[in-house]
Amino acid sequence: MTVQSRATAAERQQPSQGPTKAQRSDGKRDERRLGIMLAAPAAIIIVLVTAYPIGYAVWLSLQRYDLRFPAEQSFAGLANYGAVLSSSYWWQAFGVTMLITVVSVAIEFVLGLALALAMHRTLVARGLIRTVILIPYGIVTVVAAFSWQFAWTPGTGYLAALLPQGTAPLTDFGASLAIIIGAEVWKTTPFMALLLLAGLALVPEDMLKAAAMDGAGPWQRLTQIILPMMKPAILVALLFRTLDAFRVFDNIYILTNGANGTGSVSMLGYNNLFKAFNLGIGSAISVLIFISVAIIALIFIRLFGASAPGSENTGKR
Amino acid sequence: MGTDSRTRIWWALAGLVVCIYALVPVLWIVSLSFKTTDTITDGSFVPRSWTLDNYAQIFSLDLFTSALVNSIGIAIISTVLAVVIGTMAAYAIARLSFPGKKTLVGVSLLIAMFPQISLVSPLFDISRAVGLFDTWPGLILPYITFALPLAIYTLSAFFREIPWELEKAAKMDGATPLQAFREVIVPLAAPGVFTTAILVFIFCWNDFLFAISLTSTSASQTAPVAIANFTGASQFAEPTGSIAAAAVLLTIPIIIFVLLFQRRIVAGLTSGAVKG
Repeated sequence: MTVQSRATAAERQQPSQGPTKAQRSDGKRDERRLGIMLAAPAAIIIVLVTAYPIGYAVWLSLQRYDLRFPAEQSFAGLANYGAVLSSSYWWQAFGVTMLITVVSVAIEFVLGLALALAMHRTLVARGLIRTVILIPYGIVTVVAAFSWQFAWTPGTGYLAALLPQGTAPLTDFGASLAIIIGAEVWKTTPFMALLLLAGLALVPEDMLKAAAMDGAGPWQRLTQIILPMMKPAILVALLFRTLDAFRVFDNIYILTNGANGTGSVSMLGYNNLFKAFNLGIGSAISVLIFISVAIIALIFIRLFGASAPGSENTGKR
Repeated sequence: MGTDSRTRIWWALAGLVVCIYALVPVLWIVSLSFKTTDTITDGSFVPRSWTLDNYAQIFSLDLFTSALVNSIGIAIISTVLAVVIGTMAAYAIARLSFPGKKTLVGVSLLIAMFPQISLVSPLFDISRAVGLFDTWPGLILPYITFALPLAIYTLSAFFREIPWELEKAAKMDGATPLQAFREVIVPLAAPGVFTTAILVFIFCWNDFLFAISLTSTSASQTAPVAIANFTGASQFAEPTGSIAAAAVLLTIPIIIFVLLFQRRIVAGLTSGAVKG
């Protein structure tokens, strides 16, 4: 990342500035102390609110711990994991989550790329378009989810009115999933488009002109030049959105509340905690979701060579 | 440039499609919020008869007004704290060398990708044990934590653009590193800090999972949770109109931010994620 490479560049310059060795190490020590002081609050709060609870979640997941019978808490080993992984609810939720993630990210990528290309080229109302697409990004997910829910409610909704009489899409598994995916796509395509637009700005215009001169059509220019040049931006956008989509919760909670098997893994974890009051099982689900997310991130980074922002190897730009 | 006017029409059409895409769901909820009780289930996109009753109704509910106060208070406090802490950390990461820097960058990246649900069960248990459950700080702490990566990345991206020679000049004039930070860098960084504040506020304003898991009463329940729990003003009334009106109120700050600070939001969103 450039932050890092800049910082190391600054470090490298420093020796030439310091007049004597003693002063130099004094300045170095001051700098280290200031750095630690400034970073400490962030580090402390991160440790308190994430690192410690994660460790605690792992510990909880190894306990038999039902909030209705707190006195019966006891060590259970991997029994909670066994219970979750052998349950059809987990695999149903996992399948639904993967399906929502893959389909919505795929649609978002195509739509987002089209939107980014349009915004990059458009001559008309550039500012207006950039403004309106921020509305889906900024709007509260619960609000948007209600808008879709009412739109698809028979009688109330303008979209349900387009369907044949007697169909209630939110009571049907397939239709519900399609609506959930639609709500996700609507909200997050603009974000994807903005990330891709920033990547698009790095594609040299001369190269495209030269390719056009050599007879490359628009499609060839897109697949042969634009997409390969944008690869780092694309991978970051896909990585971010995939991990984000995997934790889908708000839209499902409002649209179907997990009815007809439409619950995601986040819904399952939530329900185990607040409806079944089983902290042990709930924590095991939490840890499994965490592991799934880590695996997805690893796949992106190892297989596709996505360089996470902030990591050392992103300096190549 | 003879074909110019035709291409302009195509672009205008494309722009129109984008506007419809972005605005229709919002206009729909606005429309619902102005419908009367007997026309709310007519399925018409435009209200046939208009009323402000839905708005009057939600403001007569203590549940909603207190939730709105909670939402505003919690989002503002979280934003201020996250931006202050994030600014300090981002400055240190961008400019200083100190032990543990790489770890901090790595860990905050990890949090940006972290599934929030994984923290909900332990935080639920811990916050009940230490008395933070259903309090403002009980929500503010996780909000700060999850906003910090966003703040740190956006801010360090902005810090890169700052002319650092000025800091060097201040130091040559005898300013300490802390003075250089306070007197020179902070004013230069203010636009970036402001942008970050908007993004963090939107994040806190938007949250649903933490709010629904770590609160239980009007003491700290935020507006998105209150809306999700609406059951109607009386047991006979469908809550559709109230939900729509409350939803519109929650959208107003977002629309204001977007209209006033469109450029900043776009710059902030893309600088943090892509330039990295």
